[in-house]
Amino acid sequence: MEQLATIGLNHYLTISAILLCLGLFAVMTRKNAIVILMGVELILNAANINFLAFSKYNGSMQGVMFSLFVIVLAAAEAAIALAIVINIFKIFKSVDVSSIDSLKE
Amino acid sequence: MSYLTPYTVIFYIFAAITVLSAAFVVFTRNVIYSAFALLFTFFGVAALYVFLSADFIAVTQVVVYVGGILVLLLFGVMFTNSIMNAKPKSDVLHIIPGTLLLLAMIGALLYTFYTTHSWMPSETMLQGSIVERIGFETMSRYVLPFEMASILLLAALIGAAFLARFDKPANHE
Repeated sequence: MEQLATIGLNHYLTISAILLCLGLFAVMTRKNAIVILMGVELILNAANINFLAFSKYNGSMQGVMFSLFVIVLAAAEAAIALAIVINIFKIFKSVDVSSIDSLKE
Repeated sequence: MSYLTPYTVIFYIFAAITVLSAAFVVFTRNVIYSAFALLFTFFGVAALYVFLSADFIAVTQVVVYVGGILVLLLFGVMFTNSIMNAKPKSDVLHIIPGTLLLLAMIGALLYTFYTTHSWMPSETMLQGSIVERIGFETMSRYVLPFEMASILLLAALIGAAFLARFDKPANHE
């Protein structure tokens, strides 16, 4: 119980591992492209929790700065990915990634 | 019951919100439900950032993820599902390998975390607010990545706007 009582690095690592695996599960098993994007966001959040946890317990600012840039990149990635998904929907009339089978119109 | 301080209890509540809503995002079949459960996941993660004394990152998380990315995802859901389709479903494939991978990875990671030696935290852990230190770091050591991020965001903005246009010009060259 002593380990449960004091919040340490392992708690954050546990949450982060669970989020990472759930995101990976969504990426693997979903057919809807938007749910796959949600899985990618979960994975990025898990990575951010790890960065910030190690940064706090290390006492340095590198993890904090890196997580800030991860958030910036996640925003850019989401915008581009949504634009691509909308284009896919216009061409194939669905966002089912298993039915998208041609690279060129 | 000396180990149940309010700090610990609140931490476990936010951890449970984060993990359970993330599981709901992944396991529900309805895309709209996934998007709204993702809201709770992002708020829970922001609360965990506050516990990690990264208050600025927590506010950024709420502004960027909840205010930006989640709204974008909801727009994506609405664009790509017809309104007539009352239940926008998301089919699954590879469910058994996926579940096996999920359980195996969680098991392996947690086994590694809990059976290796305990971590030794630094003497100078981050304490209190770090907004000022983020400002100093951004303008000194990380000024080049900071400027590059602005260029990248501009390029992504133009690219996304170009890709998502609705009336493409005709294809005659």
